[in-house]
Amino acid sequence: MAKKLVEVRNLKKHFEVGKGKILKAVNDISFDVYEGETLGLVGESGCGKSTTGKTIIRLYRATSGEVRFHGDDVHQISGKNMKDFNRKMQMIFQDPYASLNPRMKVEDIIAEGMDIHGLFKGKERQRRVFELLETVGLNKEHASRFPHEFSGGQRQRIGIARALAVNPEFIIADEPISALDVSIQAQVVNLLKDLQKKHGLTYLFIAHDLSMVKHISDRIGVMYLGAMMELAESEDLYDEPLHPYTKALLSSIPLPDPEVEETRQRTILTGDVPSPIDPPSGCPFRTRCPEAMDVCAEKKPQWLEVRPKHYVACHLFEPESQ
Amino acid sequence: MSGTLLEINDLAVSFSTQGGEVQAVRGVSFAVGPGETVAIVGESGCGKSVTAQSIMRLIPEPPGRIKHGSIHLHGKDLASLTEKQMRNVRGKQIGMIFQDPMTSLNPTLTVGDQLTEGILTHEKMSQREANKEAIELLHLVGIANPDERLKQYPHQFSGGMRQRLMIAMALMCKPELLIADEPTTALDVTIQAQIIDLFKEIQEKTGVAIIIITHDLGVVAQIADRINVMYAGEIVEYGTVKEIFYQPEHPYTRGLLTSVPRLDGDRSQPLIPIVGTPPDLFAPPVGCAFTSRCKYAMKVCQAHDPEVTELSEQHYTKCWLQDDRVEKPY
Ligand SMILES: Nc1ncnc2c1ncn2[C@@H]1O[C@H](COP(=O)(O)OP(=O)(O)OP(=O)(O)O)[C@@H](O)[C@H]1O
Ligand SMILES: Nc1ncnc2c1ncn2[C@@H]1O[C@H](COP(=O)(O)OP(=O)(O)OP(=O)(O)O)[C@@H](O)[C@H]1O
Ligand SMILES: [Mg+2]
Ligand SMILES: [Mg+2]
Repeated sequence: MAKKLVEVRNLKKHFEVGKGKILKAVNDISFDVYEGETLGLVGESGCGKSTTGKTIIRLYRATSGEVRFHGDDVHQISGKNMKDFNRKMQMIFQDPYASLNPRMKVEDIIAEGMDIHGLFKGKERQRRVFELLETVGLNKEHASRFPHEFSGGQRQRIGIARALAVNPEFIIADEPISALDVSIQAQVVNLLKDLQKKHGLTYLFIAHDLSMVKHISDRIGVMYLGAMMELAESEDLYDEPLHPYTKALLSSIPLPDPEVEETRQRTILTGDVPSPIDPPSGCPFRTRCPEAMDVCAEKKPQWLEVRPKHYVACHLFEPESQ
Repeated sequence: MSGTLLEINDLAVSFSTQGGEVQAVRGVSFAVGPGETVAIVGESGCGKSVTAQSIMRLIPEPPGRIKHGSIHLHGKDLASLTEKQMRNVRGKQIGMIFQDPMTSLNPTLTVGDQLTEGILTHEKMSQREANKEAIELLHLVGIANPDERLKQYPHQFSGGMRQRLMIAMALMCKPELLIADEPTTALDVTIQAQIIDLFKEIQEKTGVAIIIITHDLGVVAQIADRINVMYAGEIVEYGTVKEIFYQPEHPYTRGLLTSVPRLDGDRSQPLIPIVGTPPDLFAPPVGCAFTSRCKYAMKVCQAHDPEVTELSEQHYTKCWLQDDRVEKPY
């Protein structure tokens, strides 16, 4: 088995949202990311995917818990190691329109990280920018233009070039394709896959489109209301989902195939996702769960490896309730 | 088709902007029969919403202008109606669900007032009777405690509930046609599944015809009877849902289908993207608008606009590959 690159342990990120209210955006999650793999993170809007990503890369300070990168606690890193960390871990953001500075030339956007880290200077800097533009399927003529002159797909490529510029090992891609048209999404996904092969990159790929996540990820984690509900290898999660939430999520996804859709049995959840400010006691999913039991309201289910490499947090799979 | 409900013929809509004239819709024709569901799919900016707004006569003029074409509802030309008659069509005969629910709900009015506003102007009905109808509809769209909910304001509803509210509003006057512009795009998949089910249920119960605009091919596969594939202001292919999914002819349709992964698909199979970006609608190409992105493009495609070819009774496409003189590459 490959080496652990990132270890997330009992990570919590709570926000104070006025009047002493606490919003538990990420509430005690644990998982590992192995070198060279793509770990997908899925779940409905507001379940804490972006917050998880941002806390791992230290854009947010963790409320409690740990994130280890190459074995070092990222929230304790200081001094020279900090710079190294900042280079090795990069993030690609959700919105290709908002995440690029409109007043900067593409060349300077891409080179910003290199400049900070003093990586490539003078002639080298420009050569490197041209090379990166080519890597992401743009060309050197684009270097002197401004972001507004590009389409959504092209901007997302600029964001990828910027992340690659400093030779990172680990990239957190937060919904890198959600804002793009389907015909453009495939271009960006293929590019990310190619780059991974070429540079041995490791990805945390955040998205709510489970079809796309399954296509790109080796393993997938399913989040709900700040908690991790299930984590397994992609095929395994799709073929044999264990958590009732995962099952419902999978069966909610329409397939682009009318004949399959005609006969498909679907589990349709009722109700809405509860507020993370006042989440249900016990299991966060119990208010919408078709299989909820009494114990689900009383106790938070444990995070258990119920089969090799297949983790789930659900009372249905806890030894005492079987 | 037994008795056409809506018929659109060669519709063209442009907007004058600082940069020039945007040719948003460039000769669109299709028909909708009673009780059927017709989808319009295509990428951002291809003219889906403008087509829908034209049916409702909601294109802002200026800057917009219907350049040519006609829209008939039950054989009656909508362009010939006065604004007052048109207001009757809107809401009463055609209900519309807009792309962004929050901008089309009035934040200062209670949900009850918004729901009953239309029916009170169109029909002789007391507020009490109207409330009763509203409560029934809220119930139909799956909103619990409808009596209580009538007194609340839109911001007190969740995203999914607001979308249900929009559907209820569009259905208040029992329209024959419902136009739904991306009704589930802003929603999570589990809520989307609820809303799609709701559409099917309502159609079964009321027999309303639906035009659904979406870019999600999965949603289309679940709900549509027929599909219009739009590209750069034109319909490039039209057919039954099965013809479009299993016998797609236009390279754009084929490209759309191979560029999305399937949840039940094989991960090792690479996606086949459509390269490039859509053309500029300020100066659309003279020939086929898809030429620059088409892997089968020929010389003729660039120089001349293709004719519409009829592949079967209900399956049309607009592509030079259909010409008898061309040997099809697929
Ligand atoms: N800076 C912040 N301050 C307060 N609350 C926040 C902050 N950032 C996120 N939240 C809240 O934390 C929860 C999780 O948000 P997050 O952005 O992580 O969700 P997400 O899973 O990425 O959703 P989406 O799919 O919509 O991007 C939400 O309820 C959100 O409102
Ligand atoms: N009021 C307006 N003024 C100027 N241009 C407009 C206006 N409304 C629409 N357009 C232009 O018309 C074209 C078609 O727009 P439309 O809204 O129909 O696209 P769409 O297919 O609905 O896209 P999306 O999937 O993004 O909603 C676009 O180029 C758009 O910029
Ligand atoms: Mg997010
Ligand atoms: Mg639109």
